[in-house]
Order: sequence, then C-alpha cells, then structure tokens
Amino acid sequence: MKDIAIVSFAQSDCRRDAGACNEVELIMPVIEQAMQAVGLNNSQDVDFTCSGSCDYQQGAAFAFVMGVDALGAVPPIKESHVEMDAAWALYESMLKISMGQAESALIYGFGKSSPGELPTVLSQQLDPYYLAPLWVDSVSLAALQARVLLDRGLLSEQDMAAVVARSRANAKANNPHAQLAGDVSVEELLAESPWVAPLRKHDCCPISDGASAMVICTIEKARAWGKPYAVIRGIDHRMESHNIGARDLTRSVSTELAAAQAGVDRGPVEVAELYAPFSHQEIILSQALGLDDSTEINPSGGVLAGNLMMASGLSRIGEVATRIMSGDVRRGVAHATSGPCLQHNLVAVLEAA
Amino acid sequence: MSDLLRQQFVLGYTYTRSTGPVVGRFLTELRQRKIVGTRGDDGRVFVPPMEFDPVTASALDEFVEVSDRGEVVSWCWISEPRDSHPFDEPFAWALVLLDGADVPMVHAVAAPEAEMHTGMRVQARWSEEPRGYITDIACFEPEVTQGEG
Amino acid sequence: MSEETTSSEDDITAIETPVYLTYNFTAGEATTRFLHQVRKGKVMGQRCPGCGNVYAPARGSCAACGLPTSEEVELGNKATVQSFTIVWIPIPNNPIQPPYIVANLVPDGANISFIHLMSECDNDSVHIGQRVEAVWKPEEEWDYAMDNIRYFRPLDEPDVPIEMIGKVPLSGWEGKA
Repeated sequence: MKDIAIVSFAQSDCRRDAGACNEVELIMPVIEQAMQAVGLNNSQDVDFTCSGSCDYQQGAAFAFVMGVDALGAVPPIKESHVEMDAAWALYESMLKISMGQAESALIYGFGKSSPGELPTVLSQQLDPYYLAPLWVDSVSLAALQARVLLDRGLLSEQDMAAVVARSRANAKANNPHAQLAGDVSVEELLAESPWVAPLRKHDCCPISDGASAMVICTIEKARAWGKPYAVIRGIDHRMESHNIGARDLTRSVSTELAAAQAGVDRGPVEVAELYAPFSHQEIILSQALGLDDSTEINPSGGVLAGNLMMASGLSRIGEVATRIMSGDVRRGVAHATSGPCLQHNLVAVLEAA
Repeated sequence: MSDLLRQQFVLGYTYTRSTGPVVGRFLTELRQRKIVGTRGDDGRVFVPPMEFDPVTASALDEFVEVSDRGEVVSWCWISEPRDSHPFDEPFAWALVLLDGADVPMVHAVAAPEAEMHTGMRVQARWSEEPRGYITDIACFEPEVTQGEG
Repeated sequence: MSEETTSSEDDITAIETPVYLTYNFTAGEATTRFLHQVRKGKVMGQRCPGCGNVYAPARGSCAACGLPTSEEVELGNKATVQSFTIVWIPIPNNPIQPPYIVANLVPDGANISFIHLMSECDNDSVHIGQRVEAVWKPEEEWDYAMDNIRYFRPLDEPDVPIEMIGKVPLSGWEGKA
C-alpha cells in the first residue's frame, strides 16, 4: 500500500454520560475541528468520508445514518460506514485512496454507550448458539483471560496495577480529554477489592461517550495543503477464531502477524498507543509488538483513561500522529482492537515525513 | 441541560436461528443429556462442536461424545451478577475442559468462591427439562464422586 | 455414538433466541428543546445559519451544510402536503383505522418536511400541494410527544404549486406566498 498522510486529528472529551448530546451533536464539533485544521469546511471538500460506530450501543437503529447529518452531505457525497471501530474506517479509506478513487478522506468514529449496559450489549456479539444465550459479558471474558496469565506466572497483579498507575499518571500529564486521571500508587490500587476477580474495577476501561475525527490524504495533497503531517508507513489487521477456548489467550497471535506485516520492527518505536481495554491486555500487546523500555507506551493514558467504543482505535492512531505532527517523535506504532479478549487487531506504523 | 428528556425502552430481537447440521446435532444430543464435540483435522476435539476447523477451514463432521464432567482451566468470580446473568447469587464463569475434549468451553459454575480454583473438578447440572439449548446445561457444579456425600 | 439418538424428524434445526436489551434513551439538546415546546402546544423549527433552511423537528444540524442549527423559529399550525401514501396496515395502539394517510408535510415557515398522519379527509382526493392544518389533542393530554398533534386535516385553501412547496412563509398561503 502506498504511503498516506494524516493531516489532522481531533477528539472529544471522554464522558461517562453525554446525555445532552445526540449523535450529530457528539460528532459535529470534532469534525469541524479536524476539518478546520487543514482549512476545509465540510465533507464536500474531501473525496471520501467513512465512519465507524455500532447502533447496538445506544440501541438506535441506523444511528450512523443520523450521523451523516453532521457532514454537509448535500449534494450527495461518496460515503461509507463500518459497524466497527473507526480504525477500520481509516483502513477502508486508505484502500480507497490506494486504488486511486480518492485523494483525501474524512474519517470519524463515535460511541454513545451510556444509554445501554455496554458489557451486556457486547455479550450479544458472541456466538449466537453457544455464548450469547448465556449472556457472558465482555468483562468476564477478559477476566478469564487474565486468570490464565496469572496462573501461568506470565504476569502478576502488581504488573497489572502498574499499567493502571502509569495510565492515570500519563492521562493527568498529557490528556485533557481523559475520564480517569491522577496520581495513584500500585499499593493503593492493589488495596482495592476485586470486582470480577481476578480483575479489579480499575483493571477495566471506563465506559465513555464521545467521538473522534481524522483527515488523511495522499502525500502530494498534504504537501499542497502545506500543513505538517504524519505518514502511515504500514498497516495490517488480522483476526483470530471466535472460539475463545480454541485460542492461546496468553498471547496475541493476530497482533504479532499484523505487526510483522506492517513493519513494526523496521525501525525504533519511540511511542506506542495500544487499545488495551483491560490492564493485562496492554502487557500481552507490548509483547506481541516486541516493545521494550525504549518505547513510551500509551502517553495519553490509553483507553484505561477513557474508552470511546468505536472511536478509541482511531484515537490511538490520532494520538501517535499528533505527536509526530508536533515534532515530538519521529516514529510510532498505533494499535486498535475489536471483539472479546483481543480477537481482532490492527497495527499501524506512523513516521515523520 | 437540566431539563434533558430521558425515556427507558426495551429493544427486542425475537429471532429464530437455523442451527445447521453441526450445531443442530449438538443441541439435539444436549436434549438427551449427552455432550458431543467434533474432531478437528489435528485430532483436537472441540466442545461445543465447531463446524469448520479453525486452522485448515475444512468442514468437520466426525462427532465424538465426551463426558459431562471435567476440569476448570480458568474462572472469574461474579460478585455482583448482572440482570442478564443466569444467577442472582454470586457465581463463576469458567473455561471448562470436559473429559474427552481438547478445547475448553465457557459456562457458569455454581460453587462457593472459596471452593473455586483452577484445576477443580466439575460436573454438569442438567436443567429439569432439556429443550435443545446450551442452557440445558444449567451450570457446572463441584464434582461429586462415588463414596462422597 | 449412542444408539438411542432420536429420529431425524425430531432433530433440532432451529432455536428461538430472543434478545431483549434495556436502554435509557436521551433526546439530545435540539430534540429536547423541540419537545419542550411541543409540550406547550408549539411547533418550533431551527434555521441553518448557512443556507437559511428551517428544519422541524430539528436534530441540531443542517443535513445539507453540516452546520449547527441554533436559531429557533416558530412555525404555523398549517402545512402543505409534499407527498403522501395510503396505508392499509393498522398502527398498534392507535385508534386510526386503515386505510389512512401518512404524509410528508411542510409546516408554514419551514422548508423541510416531516411525516405525520392525515385524517378527516377523503383519501381518494388527497393530493400534493393540498393545504392542511394540525388537529391537537386536548391541552390536558399534551406530553413531550409529536402525537400531541393527532393528525392534520384538509383546509379550504387554494393548492400550493409544486415549485412553491417548502417555501410558504409563516404568514400562510392565500393563493400566493
């Protein structure tokens, strides 16, 4: 795939309940911010628009169609949607540009999870014969995975708490949009009672409402616009079996494969933003990506600081891109996930121009 | 906005699902209080049965009956059950590896938290009137062997 | 495999898997404002700062321009039929019996239609451009709901020509805008 430039990114605050906003009211401010950063007005000024969201979150059928009201889509635009995290809307947009059918694209993701009970809603994305009728929720499945790692001594509860403490501290230092931020010690975290043992509540990402948006384009177009940009040097995504029992839950084979294909090891990884909804999964992902102490992991706090379901993956890519565009780093890795226990994973390598 | 309007509602998806031959066979056997899996190309027995081998993608049609007893390979403790969960009292979700199977299945375990441990032996508690659903196995519970209780 | 396996006619080929999910819907800012006015017997629109079109009910944005709509505009009790269909399926819990009319109606002062019912009319003579007015429930029954308006019924006014539908001002239509 040819190199593609990220020219802007915007994200809303992560809020537990953005009740006063409908979908359009959530989306419009971030789209306006992402577009204005490159001097664009609305979706008429890009060649393609693609969004990611899931109607089950707010229980509103075709909510993503309502979202189009935020775009200025008259006369009709070239538009598409994925019922997935918007990181996959970015992937579709990159294909569109690579095929020569567009030079620029607007991508946005949004999630309003507050109207429903998200872990219960997510139980219904599972196997409809064997699992959905049991209503096994997403937190419980992650807890089963964590136990496997703990039992085998592959990590400790201290390791998990350390991930949370770093997330909160990073969010406090770097992320004005975070829902959970602050100084908390490993000892304080371990003193808390288990919630879905072996997970404590802080091992699990919060539930957040909000949206994020991004503008991408060809390298030629980015130069013509004359704005700083980050280059997507490699991207790949892989999916594992829906049968959790048939998977090796101690590692992320799909992330390993996507990382190899995207070329993660072709240079130093200064920063990595990983979509790890549960603390132990950040450790699995770091290992799958071959990261060590030389990489700053989740400087934004990651999704433990706020999880915009269906936008968080795009936001991980945006967080890395922002740091490259500002000149803070020259090369970084972004990751997005979907499904129970890291079933489906996308890895992108971003570099300075 | 202080005067924000909210309205609770229930969204119902009242679907009937075709099972296909493999899932249908599994559910038909469950109704007889029997548990079957399918054998994968590498010899692994998947319970509940998979229709296709996750590695080779070939259709699986060799059915293998397995025990309704097995071992917990992972578990988590639900101290505050959700409305949708099968029990009002605290319980465990577990990965249960049935005797004769090579791949564990997800199901509930009804047992005191103090008794829960990886490697514990469990047995299926069958529902009163099995109907051909995964919930015909009401849950697993600590195994009772002859000579005990 | 067991010999007692049931006969093939008894094999399970389908299962019922009902799923019920509970949500707490929130109306959003624009819809909340709209419903608070409907509760008081007023239909309000919102004007786009770009193209000037007035939407009712508004969702907080102009779908054409992608701009937030914040200016509130009061709309008339009268409207024009932009399109309609005759429905032969009953509405659950609604006293209106089939066949009845569902119409795209543009209220005076607005530019974009909404969907509502028509009644007190001869179904076979309903037509595009026809003038109609809202029939409200008794005030004591008003709630935060669009069905505070029971339906629209025909008015004895000249038709609006097709090119003028969606351009009738709040002051109304007496054969000319």
